[in-house]
Amino acid sequence: MKEPQDLIDNKSRRSFVGTAAVAGAGLGALAIAPGLHLIQVSEASTPSQGASSKVRWGMLIDTTKCASDCDACVKACATENGINETLKDARQGSQWIRKIDLKNPKTGQEHSLPMLCQHCEHPPCVDVCPTGASMKRADGIVLVDRHICIGCRYCMLACPYKARSLVHMPLTTQNPEVPRGQGCVESCTFCVQRVDKGLKPACVESCPEGAMLFGDLNDPNSEVAQRIAKEKTTQVRGDLKLNLGVRYQGI
Amino acid sequence: MAIMNRMLVGLAAILLLAPVFATAGAPKPTIKIENPGQCIAPVAEMRVNHMEMLKHSRDRTMRQGIRGEKASLNGCIECHASKTTGSVLGKDGFCQECHTYSAVKLDCWDCHQPKAGYKHAEAAGAKP
Repeated sequence: MKEPQDLIDNKSRRSFVGTAAVAGAGLGALAIAPGLHLIQVSEASTPSQGASSKVRWGMLIDTTKCASDCDACVKACATENGINETLKDARQGSQWIRKIDLKNPKTGQEHSLPMLCQHCEHPPCVDVCPTGASMKRADGIVLVDRHICIGCRYCMLACPYKARSLVHMPLTTQNPEVPRGQGCVESCTFCVQRVDKGLKPACVESCPEGAMLFGDLNDPNSEVAQRIAKEKTTQVRGDLKLNLGVRYQGI
Repeated sequence: MAIMNRMLVGLAAILLLAPVFATAGAPKPTIKIENPGQCIAPVAEMRVNHMEMLKHSRDRTMRQGIRGEKASLNGCIECHASKTTGSVLGKDGFCQECHTYSAVKLDCWDCHQPKAGYKHAEAAGAKP
């Protein structure tokens, strides 16, 4: 009579163990010669260089051009990043970018501006994150690594700009390039999936007035760096000395 | 004696049935590959190491901004999403079938879009 273990599919088990041993030996590919897969693969794709610390992505927003009844940037952001969930409680909605109207009560002077993650050089959200999920990329873009975010929302409290949101419900309609899901904190990514392709963030492209300017703050030849060098720009809550990536003009 | 006989019969029955139980178990997952062809590594290696491949490229992509690595979830679903449902989840879904069989939690798709070529209807229409 057969032993029970003989009845297990022994062929697949052996090949499994064999492969595991080979893989354990380090560069398993050497032994898996017939496929020569590593060579094929290396020809098939060349990964990009990644974010460089020579670059500091930043934005200049001209509030004098920004109309209070316009929310093209907010809509473009939602489209690009797949923020389209319907919530029972609207207060739980994710705000990667929002429009703010300001009025000076003494002079009556009014401003309208988009408020988004300011991509600080010294981000408080990164300081307080207990898991290291909140992070700043070499090129200055502040992101949440959702793989290790536990949704504690400490970063939401730490952020002086109210730039972060928590996803409260399961999502199914994500943009394939912008993964996002329940239980994780999220915020503006400067459309990192577009920036890595050499494109501008969706909000910048959508602005009908051209009030938003995106570029490399470290490159003296970039339009955004030249404007900041010449014209008076403001960092919101500049007193916190966070050295923001987003600058405003006209406030 | 009668008790002894009965016990022997019982034992024989157990021994005879043992192979049946051993083979019964959970039904094997049905693995349906919608776009058959060359995967990024041999099947045996993919079965053992796919999670490690994805984990390492996820960290490089997320933290260092390195794009276009050989292992990617969007790459997985290009070949493996079902042609009927468009997804790697659900019944006969490529990922879910094996993960259910092996009782390993599959939470990649809580955040990543599990459907191939997915475009939100609203998003597709609103694109300039």
